[in-house]
Amino acid sequence: MTENILECKNLVLHYTAKKGVVKAVNDISLGLLKGESLALVGESGCGKSSLAKAIIRLLPRNIQSYTGEILIDGQDTMKLNEKQFREEIRWKKISMVFQGAMNSLNPVLKVGYQVAEPLLIHEKLKKNEAMEKAKEALSVVGIHESFVDRYPFELSGGMKQRVVIAMALVTNPAIIILDEPTSALDVITQANIMNLLKRLKKERGLSYFFITHDIALSSELADKIAVMYAGEIQEIVSADTFYKKAAHPYSQKLMASVPTLRIDKKPEFIPGAPPSLINPPSGCKFHPRCPSAFDKCAKENPPIFDLGSGHIAKCWWFEQSEGKK
Amino acid sequence: MSSEGYEFTIKGTLKELITYKSGIFGTAFLTLLLTISIYTVVTLPYDQAVRLWRGEGGVWLENPRTAQPYWVKYFGQNLPETIKRDSTQSGQGGTVKIITSIPQSGMKLARISFTFDFSYDGFPSELNIFFSAKYNESAPLLNIYWVKPGGTEIKLLTYIPRSQNDKLYLSINTQVSSALMSYMSGILGKAPEVPLPTEYSLFAVEDATMNSTLTAKPLKGTYRLYIEGTLFGEDSDIDAKLIVYGKVYGLAGTDNQRRDLTVALLWGTPIALAFGLTASVMITFIELLLATISGYYGGKVDSVIQRITELYMILPFLPILIMISTFYKLDLPVLIVVVIVLSIFGGGIKSTRALVMQIKEYPYIEAARAYGASSKRIVFLYIIPKILPPVIPALIGSVPSYVFLEAALAILGLGIPNLPSWGKVINESFNAGALYKGYYYWVLEPAFMLILTALAFSFLGFALDKIVNPKLREV
Amino acid sequence: MNKNEELLKLENLKKWFELRKGIWANPVFVKAVDGVTFSLGKGEAISLVGESGSGKTTLGKTILRLYKPTEGKIIFEDKDITYYEPKKLMWYRRETSIIEQDPYGALPSFYSIYRILEEPLIIHKFGNSEERRKRIHEVLEEVRLSPIEDFAPKYPHMLSGGQLQRVAIARSLTLKPELVIADEPVSMLDASVRIEILNLLRELQENFGISFIYITHDLTTTKYFSERLFIMYAGKIVESGKMLEVIHNPLHPYTTALLKAIPDPDAENRKILRDVPPGEPPNLVNPPTGCKFNPRCPYKMDICLKEEPAMLEPEHEHFTMCWLHAKK
Repeated sequence: MTENILECKNLVLHYTAKKGVVKAVNDISLGLLKGESLALVGESGCGKSSLAKAIIRLLPRNIQSYTGEILIDGQDTMKLNEKQFREEIRWKKISMVFQGAMNSLNPVLKVGYQVAEPLLIHEKLKKNEAMEKAKEALSVVGIHESFVDRYPFELSGGMKQRVVIAMALVTNPAIIILDEPTSALDVITQANIMNLLKRLKKERGLSYFFITHDIALSSELADKIAVMYAGEIQEIVSADTFYKKAAHPYSQKLMASVPTLRIDKKPEFIPGAPPSLINPPSGCKFHPRCPSAFDKCAKENPPIFDLGSGHIAKCWWFEQSEGKK
Repeated sequence: MSSEGYEFTIKGTLKELITYKSGIFGTAFLTLLLTISIYTVVTLPYDQAVRLWRGEGGVWLENPRTAQPYWVKYFGQNLPETIKRDSTQSGQGGTVKIITSIPQSGMKLARISFTFDFSYDGFPSELNIFFSAKYNESAPLLNIYWVKPGGTEIKLLTYIPRSQNDKLYLSINTQVSSALMSYMSGILGKAPEVPLPTEYSLFAVEDATMNSTLTAKPLKGTYRLYIEGTLFGEDSDIDAKLIVYGKVYGLAGTDNQRRDLTVALLWGTPIALAFGLTASVMITFIELLLATISGYYGGKVDSVIQRITELYMILPFLPILIMISTFYKLDLPVLIVVVIVLSIFGGGIKSTRALVMQIKEYPYIEAARAYGASSKRIVFLYIIPKILPPVIPALIGSVPSYVFLEAALAILGLGIPNLPSWGKVINESFNAGALYKGYYYWVLEPAFMLILTALAFSFLGFALDKIVNPKLREV
Repeated sequence: MNKNEELLKLENLKKWFELRKGIWANPVFVKAVDGVTFSLGKGEAISLVGESGSGKTTLGKTILRLYKPTEGKIIFEDKDITYYEPKKLMWYRRETSIIEQDPYGALPSFYSIYRILEEPLIIHKFGNSEERRKRIHEVLEEVRLSPIEDFAPKYPHMLSGGQLQRVAIARSLTLKPELVIADEPVSMLDASVRIEILNLLRELQENFGISFIYITHDLTTTKYFSERLFIMYAGKIVESGKMLEVIHNPLHPYTTALLKAIPDPDAENRKILRDVPPGEPPNLVNPPTGCKFNPRCPYKMDICLKEEPAMLEPEHEHFTMCWLHAKK
C-alpha cells in the first residue's frame, strides 16, 4: 500500500490582525500519496494559500497559533527548528511555486543565477556545477540554455513561469506545492504549462499539491480533490467522483457554477459571499449559503464523516452513513 | 489597485490618530500651543503687545533687569522677589506718610516711612526711589535714612529732586556708597579690600562675612527706609515709591531691558503658528495645483513647470531671503508672501507630480473621460481629492521649517523689527551676551518653545503619515 | 445588416502607439489594432475574445474615442466620428459608456455611491437635483443594489468587489446609452460572483435593448452572453460569426487552438496532453510577415509567410482571415 508522502494532522494557523484573529487554517487533516496530485480548490479568501504556507513554513510575523502535525515522509516537521527545517525540508523534500510567480523573480539578477541559487544554498555546489544543473533544469521546462544570461524583464509571462517551475525542480524535491501557477497567463500558454507539469509528474514521479480556484483547471492535474471553505476542509474525494457526483453541498454548488465550453449547461451562481475568517458563521461555516441546510447546521460544526474509499465530507447530511471518523 | 479599506474622514482620522503615541503627543502639544495663541490674542491685542515690547512710556521700569523666572527657587536658593512700597498707598506694609505744615513759614515737614520684611537667601539687584514732588519754585530738601533689623540706622544721603518726577538710583549713587563705606569700615575696623555694591552693604549680615561679595549673606528681618524732608510752598507735596528689585520675576523672567519675557513667549506662539501654517498651507496648495497641472496635461506645460522647478531647487533659499531682508524692510505679511513666492516651485512638486502621473492611469479617470468629464473637471474633482490625503502629513510636517525660518531670520537680526517673537528674543539675548553672563533662561525659554512647536507638528505629521500611507501602518 | 439596423460600423480601424527609443531615433509603432472591420446592430450583444496583447482592450477604447484612431473609420449612427474634436463628442459620450475591469479602481474612492452616480448626470446637465435623485434610484434598482438607502450614502471601500461592479454598471446606464463596452468586467471578481454579474449584464442588455461589446479572454463565459463571437489575434479579427457556429465549427487555427486549450471539468483531463501550439503572441512592434499567426500555426502554407489573408466568408455569416479557406 502506498504511503502518504505528505500528511497534515489537525493543522492550525491563526494570524492576529487589527480587527481580530484570522482563523485561516482551522484543524485541517489531509494526506497526499507518493506520485499523486491533490488539488485544493476553494473560493478566494478561504485560506488555501495560508495552508500552503503552513506546510512549507513560510509564515508572517503576526502568528497567533501554529499547531498540529505535518508529516513529510513520515517525519513530523513541526518538531524541527527553523534551521533544521531550512536545511532538510524546504526545497529539499518539498518546494513551492508561488501565486503571481512572475513577480517573485528578482529583477536585478540573471535568470540562470536565480535557478542555480537553491543549489548553491542547499547542496553547496560550486558555481559552475550549479549553473550546469540550472541549464539542465531550464531545458527540462522548455527554455533554451542561452537564456541563463537574460534578465527577467526580457522574458514573457509564460517563460517567467517556466523559470519559476525550474527553480522549484532544481533540487529534485519529491513534493511541489503549486499555488495558482497559471493565474496571469493566457489560455494557450496555460495549456502548455499544464502539459509541462503533467510530463514532469510522469517522468519524475512528483507529487503535486495544486492550489486553485479554477475548478475546470484543477481537473488538468488532480487525482484527488480537497475542497476548502472558511479555513476548513469540507470534502476530500477522488477526481473521478468529484467531477461527476460530489457529495458535499458546497462542492455541488461549485461544480454547478463552472461555465463549460462543450457541455450545454447554464452555470448557476452561489448566492452570498465567502465569510470572514475573523468572524465566521456559527455551526457549519457554509450554512448561510447552503440550499440543504437544516437547524442542526446553524448550531454545531459537523465533524469529518468517512464515506469509504478515502472519501470524507464535513456535513451533517452524512451523519447516518458510515459513522464518524 | 485594490481596496484601500480606509476613507479619510475627519472623525475617523482623529480616532485613528489617538491610537498612535506620536499622535497623542502631537495633538496634545498642538492643542496647548493653540490654547496659548488664542488666549494671548484675546487678552493682549497685537498693537498693545508691540507697544509694550517697544517699552513705550517706561512701562518696564519697575521690573528688575535680567531676572530669572520665579520658579527657580524650587531648584535652588530662595532668591528675592521685587518689593514695592508706595507712599500714596499708606498702610500698605507699614507705609506711613505724614505732612505737617509749619505755620506762617510756607514750609512743611514731610516724613515718609517704608517698612518691609526681607527673608530671602540672596541680595536684591537694585534699589530705586521714585519721587513725585509738587512744588512751585524750590524743590524739597530730603534726608534719607536706612534702618536695618536690630535697629542700626544709617543716614544714606541728603537729596534734592531735580524735577517733579525724579528717580533716585540708590544703587549707583556715590553719596550713598561713601556713606555706606564709612559705616562698613566702622563695623569691620578697616575698609574692605574691594568696595561692596550698595545692595550688599545695605543688607549684609554684619560680621566678617561682610568682607566680600562671595561670602556675604543677607540679614533677614524687618527693614525700614524713611525720608524726612522739608517742603517749600503752600501747595507743595511729595510722594515716593521705593522699589527693592528682586532677582526673580514672573513666569519667564526679564531681559536686560526689564521686559517681562512672558509677553514675548506668549506672543511668539500665535506669530509662529500663523507664519508656519500660512506659509505651509499656501505653499502646499500652490505646489499641489502646479504639480497636478504639470502631471496631468503633460507636454510643453509639464516641461516648462518642471524646468522652473529645477531652477528653483538649485537656488539657495536662505541666502536669497537674507539678501532680500537686508535690502528691504519687511513686516509679517510681506515676509510670508516673499517666503511663499520663493518656495512654490519647490521639490514637493516633483513627488506630487509622480503621484499624479500614477493616478492619471487609474480606471476611474478613464471612465470619467468616457462619460464626458472635461480635463478641468477631472483635475479638480477627480485628481486633487485623491492626492490631498497623502499631501497632508507633509504639509503638517513642514510647518516647523517655516517657524524656524522666521526664527532664524530674527536671530540673524534680519527679522521683523518690533515683533515680539521667539527668534527676536534669542537675537537680543545673543546681542547682550546672555550665555556668557549666565542668563541661560533667556535663551532656553524661546528655544524650548521652538522645540515644542517642532515636536508638536512633527509628531502629528508622523502619525498622519502612518494613517495615510497604509504601508507604514503597524500591524 | 441593413442600414437602419446598424448602430456602429468600423472600417479598417487602426490604432498604433508610438514608441520613441530616443530623441534622435526613428519612432517605432506598437500596432495594437491593425485593421478591424465589422458592424454592430442596434440592441445587439457581441463578445470580443482575445488573449493579452491581442488588442481587444485597445479596440474597445478606440471605439469609445478614448484614443484617437490612427487610420480607418468609426461610424456611429451614420456619423463619421473618427476624427471629431473632443468638444464635438459630448453627445457621443452620452450615447456610449464603459465598464472597466477593476471595480476598485473604477470608482473614485472619495465620493459616495450617490455622488458617483450623479457625476454623469451633472456633466450632461440632466434635470434638476430631484430628477437626478429619481434617476439614480432607478438605476440602483436596476442593478439590484437595494434597499437604496443602504447603498447610496456608502463609500466604495465599504462594498465588496461584486457590489462595486454593480455600481459601475449602474453608472454606465445612468444616461441610457445606446452602446456599452465592458472591458473584462468580471475577471477581477471572485469566481462565484462572476456568473451573477454576467447574468445581470445580459438581463439589462436584453431589457433595455442596449448594444453591447463584451471584451474578455475567458471564452467559456461568452456562450450565454451574446449571439455573435469575435476572435482577435495580434490586432486583427481572425474569426467572427454566430456564437455556437464558431465554438462548434471553428475555421481559424487560432480559434481551434483556443478551444483545445480550454479544459472543461473532467477527471480524464489529467491523463491527456492538450494539443496546443507552442509559443506566445507576437511582438506588435515587429510582427511576423504575412499572417501573424504563422509561426505557431500547425497548418502553415507558403503563402501564409508572404501575404496577409483577407477577410473571407467561407460559410454564411461566418468570417475568417485564413488562407486555408481561400477558394483558389
